Amino acid sequence: MFEFKTKTKQLAIALTVVGAILWVVGFALNGSSSHDAGHGHDAHATEVHADAGHDTHAEEAHADHGHDAHAEEAHDDHGHEAHAEEAHADHGHDAHAEEAHGDHDAHAEHAAHQIANRPWSALYVAAFFFLGLGLGQLFFLGIQYVAQAGWSAGLLRLMEAQSFAIVVPLIVIALITFLGFGHVHHMFHWMVEGINVPGHENYDAIIAGKRGFLNPLFFTIRILIYIGGWIWAAKVLRKNSLLSDTGDGVAMWKKNRGVAAAFTVFYAVTSSTSAWDLVMSIDTHWFSTLFGWYTFAGMFVSSFAALILLTLYLKGQGHLEWVNENHLHDLGKFMFAFSVFWTYLWFSQFVLIWYANIPEEVTYYMQRFEQYKVPFFTMLVLNFILPVLAVLSRPAKRVPGTVVMAAVFVLVGHYMDHYVMIMPGTVGDHYGFGLVELGPILFFAGLYIYVVLSSVAKAPLLHKNHPMLTESKNFHQ
Amino acid sequence: MGHTKHNPIVRALFNDDDVVLGAVKDLRSNGYHVSEVYSPFPIHGLDEAMGLKRTRLSTAAFFYGLTGLFFASWLTYYTMTLDWPQNIGGKPNAYWFLNMPSFIPVMFELTVFFAAHLMCWSYFAVNKLYPGAKAQNPDPRTTDDHFLMEVELEGEEADLTKKLQELGALEISKVEA
Repeated sequence: MFEFKTKTKQLAIALTVVGAILWVVGFALNGSSSHDAGHGHDAHATEVHADAGHDTHAEEAHADHGHDAHAEEAHDDHGHEAHAEEAHADHGHDAHAEEAHGDHDAHAEHAAHQIANRPWSALYVAAFFFLGLGLGQLFFLGIQYVAQAGWSAGLLRLMEAQSFAIVVPLIVIALITFLGFGHVHHMFHWMVEGINVPGHENYDAIIAGKRGFLNPLFFTIRILIYIGGWIWAAKVLRKNSLLSDTGDGVAMWKKNRGVAAAFTVFYAVTSSTSAWDLVMSIDTHWFSTLFGWYTFAGMFVSSFAALILLTLYLKGQGHLEWVNENHLHDLGKFMFAFSVFWTYLWFSQFVLIWYANIPEEVTYYMQRFEQYKVPFFTMLVLNFILPVLAVLSRPAKRVPGTVVMAAVFVLVGHYMDHYVMIMPGTVGDHYGFGLVELGPILFFAGLYIYVVLSSVAKAPLLHKNHPMLTESKNFHQ
Repeated sequence: MGHTKHNPIVRALFNDDDVVLGAVKDLRSNGYHVSEVYSPFPIHGLDEAMGLKRTRLSTAAFFYGLTGLFFASWLTYYTMTLDWPQNIGGKPNAYWFLNMPSFIPVMFELTVFFAAHLMCWSYFAVNKLYPGAKAQNPDPRTTDDHFLMEVELEGEEADLTKKLQELGALEISKVEA
């Protein structure tokens, strides 16, 4: 039985605390330090407003004025000389109080909102990334029962432990979205007051048309359903698995298969709707019909990377003697396959939108090409080319070194993928990688390690009454 | 196939794949060389038990795929950029690379096409399979429910025959090389 040593526990707690402090410090410094936050194109940044309903021809020029964020704008769409308009972008929440009058103020307010959004978005990106590490394995655990898989019987306890890691990110995600209703941040444009009221200055006909789905009440209900359903599945699958240790393994396995079958159907729907709600609704005007699968694929492949690292860590500690290179080979295959699957969906989404060239769709990629060039293309290399080359051959999947390398590529790449999904719609070109981004990563990484290892330590690592345990132990290829 | 040694061959017929697998392991551990096993279906672990080298077909496949990728790149470059520049979705098309995303389906398909076809042909060539090739199968029952093993005879024939009988062989015959 694995023992969660005090030293490891302290490390995990330290990561969490340091991460939280970094985020709070970053939050306090945000706005005042937005110029040195890491994006080097302050001088002539082209803004592409994908969803704000603003004039897309406007160019915003951010001038360096000491430590205040001044937004200076030049309008050239009517051919006459540039109007200079200044707005003080206070880092707090009061930026919203500045009522928008006309295009210039609206732009300045928009920029201020984007800067103020950054800590929230960064927290959201990390929460969503770590949610994926748990949720992917929860689904995979369900699949093991539904598919009556034998090879993985010796790994089920690790998947169960990983499933519990969804709780904290889910709560953080829910809180952030609910704060949006209170206008604490402006990550979700559809939550803006008066967005569906004709005649209101914030009125947006396209978003108003989506009001049947994107309204606070229905949204809140959906979020609560996701949280309830997912955590319920994780808890029941774990409970029955633990009961089988002292009781009838076959009966508990059958029970879990029923639970898993129900959960798989539930997740088939909620994986898509949650991706629409939590990520796609940020770019409210834009939509993609395969966004749910795309998000799911990213979560799934990164959760395999996490499972591989967890398995090899426990093996390194002298546990899991029934897991050998054949099991590693299969985990490597899953990671490889879903890395390709993610790329396939990414490309399908991109190529249709890019060449169909419909303005409200293609702005999504315009913004990523122009403002997010480096993270956008780096993550493609990290998520596809490097893992594929690293674990393409059979021997490479059976050696811990190459598989770990590929897993690290996948984890870094999918953090960047989530970053590129969420940041452009919330902070525009006011992005970077600083305290507010690093803090949440450490925070959730610490929590993830703590939650997963403490649940691993709570039960024997061997699911000893699993009906197909012998198959798992004798598994080879 | 392709016996390089000039030892006589002893053929033994079995009717169970597990028995064949056990027999191969046993014979090899006793110093015999099992040159070939004919089976109606692949037996898991047999290649390892026979001590066969890992196939190089997968390495070849990688390079076949790469060939297809380069061929597709050249094909799209010549037809879509150089010879008759295509306007695809109004996107920049001055260089091949600018329009490359629209060629990815072609590149993918030709990569698969080259890898799959050349792998098949390589497989046929290596195994000397071509239209009109004579069957190399010594006993048609191995295409139904029997397994035939070829062992090179070293030492006394009686010893090997006895051994094979112990291991569960149904029929044993000797073929002079």
